[in-house]
Amino acid sequence: MTADGANSFRTGPDERGRFGIYGGRFVSETLMPLILDLEAEYEKAKTDPTFWAEMDDLWTHYVGRPSPLYFAPRLTEELGGAKVYLKRDELNHTGAHKINNVLGQILLARRMGKTRIIAETGAGQHGVATATVCAKFGLKCVVYMGATDVERQKPNVFRMRLLGAEVIPATSGRATLKDAMNEAMRDWVTNIDDTFYCIGTVAGPHPYPAMVRDFQSIIGKETRAQMQEAEGRLPDVLVACIGGGSNAMGLFHPFLDDKDVRIVGVEAGGHGVDERMEHAASLTGGRPGVLHGNRTYLLQDDDGQILEGHSISAGLDYPGIGPEHSWLHDIKRVEYVSVTDAEALDAFQLSCRTEGIIPALEPAHALAHVTKLAPTLPKDSLLVMNMCGRGDKDIFTVAEALGTSI
Amino acid sequence: MTRIDRRFAKLAAEGRAAFVPYVMAGDPDRETSLEIIRGLPAAGADLIEFGLPFTDPMADGPAVQLAGQRALEAGMTLQGTLDLVRALRETDDETPVVIMGYYNPIYSMGVETFLAEAKSAGVDGLIVVDLPPEEDDELCLPAKAAGLNFIRLATPTTDDRRLPKVLSNTSGFVYYVSITGITGAAEATAAAVAPEVARIKSQGGLPVCVGFGIKTPERASEIAKVADGVVVGSAIVERIGAGQSPAEVLAFVKSLADAAHNAKG
Repeated sequence: MTADGANSFRTGPDERGRFGIYGGRFVSETLMPLILDLEAEYEKAKTDPTFWAEMDDLWTHYVGRPSPLYFAPRLTEELGGAKVYLKRDELNHTGAHKINNVLGQILLARRMGKTRIIAETGAGQHGVATATVCAKFGLKCVVYMGATDVERQKPNVFRMRLLGAEVIPATSGRATLKDAMNEAMRDWVTNIDDTFYCIGTVAGPHPYPAMVRDFQSIIGKETRAQMQEAEGRLPDVLVACIGGGSNAMGLFHPFLDDKDVRIVGVEAGGHGVDERMEHAASLTGGRPGVLHGNRTYLLQDDDGQILEGHSISAGLDYPGIGPEHSWLHDIKRVEYVSVTDAEALDAFQLSCRTEGIIPALEPAHALAHVTKLAPTLPKDSLLVMNMCGRGDKDIFTVAEALGTSI
Repeated sequence: MTRIDRRFAKLAAEGRAAFVPYVMAGDPDRETSLEIIRGLPAAGADLIEFGLPFTDPMADGPAVQLAGQRALEAGMTLQGTLDLVRALRETDDETPVVIMGYYNPIYSMGVETFLAEAKSAGVDGLIVVDLPPEEDDELCLPAKAAGLNFIRLATPTTDDRRLPKVLSNTSGFVYYVSITGITGAAEATAAAVAPEVARIKSQGGLPVCVGFGIKTPERASEIAKVADGVVVGSAIVERIGAGQSPAEVLAFVKSLADAAHNAKG
């Protein structure tokens, strides 16, 4: 049952932009008219067939959708349990799921007459996707990236610059994704007339969590159809990694009302989810609070100050999570677990060795949980993991963690 | 009537604009901060805006961000901020104090507990940057019920369609954010601000104080001619950040206050 007692888990958010108590519009007055305009524009676009026709055309011819649903035979054999399928969103143009959402937001920005696009990025995948689509449409692009991440994701920084984006390092705090998001919001509040803020995950003020989810839901919709075709039925288990949670929400949302589909979100456990707080697992190690425009689970201290968290994966290194995940956690429709940096590194290598797929460190977290879960499931059960990004960007981080220099 | 209402009534009778300094609680440390706020009324502060430190101040520029970091590093908390107000009230029971910050520390403490503590500490009003009218049931309405003023920000993006909503549960005064942007950024001009102040006053009649982008006595004087009050924050906390003594900081505050007070003379 949903918060409003309806018979579906897929009707949220309500008119205040809330999923249960989560979500909302916690922004400064300067931004309120902007997010109300965006909401109105999105509501129009949502039911406009020409908007979706343009999306479909770009998804097909520019991104390369549908992404394959690939049965991973050697991984399945190695784990000795459920049949493991990988949803290959790492094969998208720009190498991750991020572009699914960016295309939607940029089309909206064009409809609203905005000429300057800003974005925040952690691992750089959302920044690269935004820079790419801006280049394609001839829009000015400014990407805020934590200075720490600029250092650990150099290939993506160079990519963004090649694509014509200006990359501005955020130096406040521990200089990661949270700080990049603060800087992007400061830019937005300053440049209200021409600027569109393209948020990369299912977080932020309403309507972003719902809008980004809707754009990413292409992942789950395709998975349903592809699994029907491959096996003649729906999958039994879905697994995806979660930073802000956009790839996971995209995979999960079309399945929320299929009660027999078990759904598992995997947070970044960093050095372990304990009182040291050296992790990025907001649901398993945080509590509800308000940050970046929404109420959601956050890593915070007793005084309500936001903690920095830690993950080997720059894309998961965020002290919050999308509000819809917080709600799904509370009502127990989705299980949320965490895996450590070390477990993710092992899974990273397993994927390379058994399937010839170099995963991003983000989905390597999902895979680490799959290695625990799949062996416990019957051999005829069907598990889908979202391989939401490829790992080229991470080879330097992985090399360092493995004690090699390249 | 709150201290804020009484203060604006008095200022109106005297035909003066209010001077409202902003300082961050606990910046650079508790003792220095207390010395500064205790000196503010004598330096000409008609109201005091007291910043509540937060790790992620999304509407603030570098000066206030750094002030918050210094305060947090020195151990300041929401409870500590309220304790400082309590300490100020030992020497001053007249000057209104407005807590300005972000919602999460308050939400974390619990709204009911916070309001009871704030009231007993001697806080008069709240400015919570990330609570627009759409979220009034979170804190604005409970604060009103508890007898605290909830002071809303109006901005250049608050058009006539939206202004009634912004003013609806506002009390004490309206804080007009004179620029689109973060604190301490671009400079506001009196020519741009005057018609906006008039527009806001014409609806509801609350006093209008202007802030964001006022850095010098000259600018404070200009804005004071067209508004009911002038708020200066970044320029003051920059001096605290540069290591100026409380006496030096208070001398600067006095220069701003004198400029604002004499503007309509």
